[in-house]
Amino acid sequence: MLKIQNLHAGIEGKKILNGISLEIKPGEVHVIMGPNGSGKSTLASVLTGRENYKVTEGSVDFFGKDLLDMSPEKRAGEGLFLAFQYPVEIAGLSTINFIKTSVNEIRKYRGQEPLDGVAFLKLMKEKMALMDIEKSLLSRSLNEGFSGGEKKRNEIFQMAMLQPRLAVLDEPDSGLDIDAIRIVANGVNKFRNQDNAVLVVTHYQRLLDYVVPDFVHVLYNGRIVKSGTKELALELEEKGYDFIKNEIAVEQ
Amino acid sequence: MNIIEYFKKSFEQLPSENGSDGIISLRESAFNAFSKMGIPTVKHEEWRYTRISGLFNKEYEFPLLPDNISEKDLNALRLPGSEQANELFFVNGVFSFSLSVIRSAALIVLPLEEAATNEYKDIVAKNLGHSSNYLKDGINALNTALVHGAVFIHIKKGEITEHPVYIYNITDARSTNIFSQPRSLVHISEHAQVQIVETYTSIGLGESFTNQVMEIIVEKDAMVEYFKIQNDAPHTNQVSSTHFRQVGKSYIHTVLISLNGGIVRNNLNVVLEAAHCEAHLYGLYFPTGQSHIDNHTLVDNVKPDCLSNQLYKGILNDNASAVFNGKIFVQPNAQKTNAYQSNKNVLLSNSAIVNAKPQLEIFADDVKCSHGCTVGRLNEEGLFYLQSRGIPEKKAKSLLVHAFAIDILEHIKLEPIRMYVEQLISERLEFNIA
Repeated sequence: MLKIQNLHAGIEGKKILNGISLEIKPGEVHVIMGPNGSGKSTLASVLTGRENYKVTEGSVDFFGKDLLDMSPEKRAGEGLFLAFQYPVEIAGLSTINFIKTSVNEIRKYRGQEPLDGVAFLKLMKEKMALMDIEKSLLSRSLNEGFSGGEKKRNEIFQMAMLQPRLAVLDEPDSGLDIDAIRIVANGVNKFRNQDNAVLVVTHYQRLLDYVVPDFVHVLYNGRIVKSGTKELALELEEKGYDFIKNEIAVEQ
Repeated sequence: MNIIEYFKKSFEQLPSENGSDGIISLRESAFNAFSKMGIPTVKHEEWRYTRISGLFNKEYEFPLLPDNISEKDLNALRLPGSEQANELFFVNGVFSFSLSVIRSAALIVLPLEEAATNEYKDIVAKNLGHSSNYLKDGINALNTALVHGAVFIHIKKGEITEHPVYIYNITDARSTNIFSQPRSLVHISEHAQVQIVETYTSIGLGESFTNQVMEIIVEKDAMVEYFKIQNDAPHTNQVSSTHFRQVGKSYIHTVLISLNGGIVRNNLNVVLEAAHCEAHLYGLYFPTGQSHIDNHTLVDNVKPDCLSNQLYKGILNDNASAVFNGKIFVQPNAQKTNAYQSNKNVLLSNSAIVNAKPQLEIFADDVKCSHGCTVGRLNEEGLFYLQSRGIPEKKAKSLLVHAFAIDILEHIKLEPIRMYVEQLISERLEFNIA
């Protein structure tokens, strides 16, 4: 579904990604780990089309289409979703109106009729229960005054509502306590199926106790320097990122 | 002919036989003041960013008699909810009793000259022209100098006015350019409550300049909600002065919505002359094209323990410009004053301009006052967030602008008017965001 080839990108003249190649197939969960500044969030930003990031080389193919050529809203229409590391607070825009607009714009993009009020509420109730979200939260302004946990749960809730084909989760576990991590992980696990895929970008291994990945990649200096299975994440947790740095130093 | 000469001719033509002595002498002293000060130029500190002097290079007709407006014309400009409202009409600055519709027994409407000689004469004598203590410029003096066709509006003691009072300031510029000066004195008695809606509408393609003064006296335990809607054509200009005196412990709530016009200047004064008064001032200006909207607010804390809160928000597109100038005075014995002010602006284009100036003059030591001002672009991170959820850029911008405006709009407590304004803003967002 997603094929990244030799991706080079940066921001404001600073090169951050130095040739990333990665293929994700339906049904897979990939995790990208790496120390601070390795380019994890940049990769998520480039995939979802954040302004100011410049791709200098390489390509990203999403279901046979050139992803990099699309606006952020078009990418969403094609089935890409980004759970933000820092969800944006928008005073004056109710969460529920935002999600309803989002769901129906994506349906429109796909040539589907908008959901009517009843169908929308039914879908929403189902997903709210999944993410342990209170109705009162949804009538509040989008993310405004939400706790860290509420913001992250709201992101995964939106993912559940939008049912993307590929979900990119940028540090979905940062700042969360154990209970909140469990809820987030449960949301991700319920979402997974044979037709979709998940790319988790994280600094820590702890989410992976609940969300079992198929592949783990280590990003360092803007390149994937090591790939493996879930055991690699455990090894990283145990030895820290220094062992990767040392391995690379030895190779060079 | 220069401006002063021109208006001197009008001044001399004013009918005097039915004017009370008080009004006549007030007119005379105001005309002298106008003759000295003239039309304010940008050299006047309060007019630095708003240039109206150029508007007086044109020729205007200054009608002294009411104009004929057909029912069809009126229906075209009526606001939603008007069938449930008291409707008061000024046409070219002259109050029209024949067009106006009074639905509330609590509401008394009289020609100002009559009120100046009957049981209300003390109220008129004490309050008419009070705004000139605060608006020290020729434009305020000019309105007073030429007072005619003015109206006295009285809300009876202890009455809750169930029907809101809609005041239409109509300019009929179908045959010529029009200069008009609506003038009113509003008296809200003790324990009375009223909602007032004011709007400005022009008919025809002639240019117009409306120089309006409304003075509102709010007595003890009275409550006033005042909503001003400005959405007139780009060839209409106005200076609109609204002057509140809270002479007893009372509550006022104002929302000014300025969406369109050539040059629009609002002076909103609130003089807190009794302890424990409350005043809430909200404003939203959203000029596009070449419109210029200037909001000057002034809150004068004369007595202790008053609360005032101001929130003005601006959205500017195209080559539009705006001014927010917010003054707060705290007089020496106005201890325990709480006075807050906030002004936030979003610029949607690179050529829009806003000048914001808070001005606090505090002469008491035990007070809480704050002011803040921001000017920025639409929240780019928010825009990306919405787009990444599949919402197209244009719609995402509309949602963000609407979200920015909503905490002003929600203060329009009259449902039909709030829905009307929301509709105007939605329509604009549909077409106007690049």
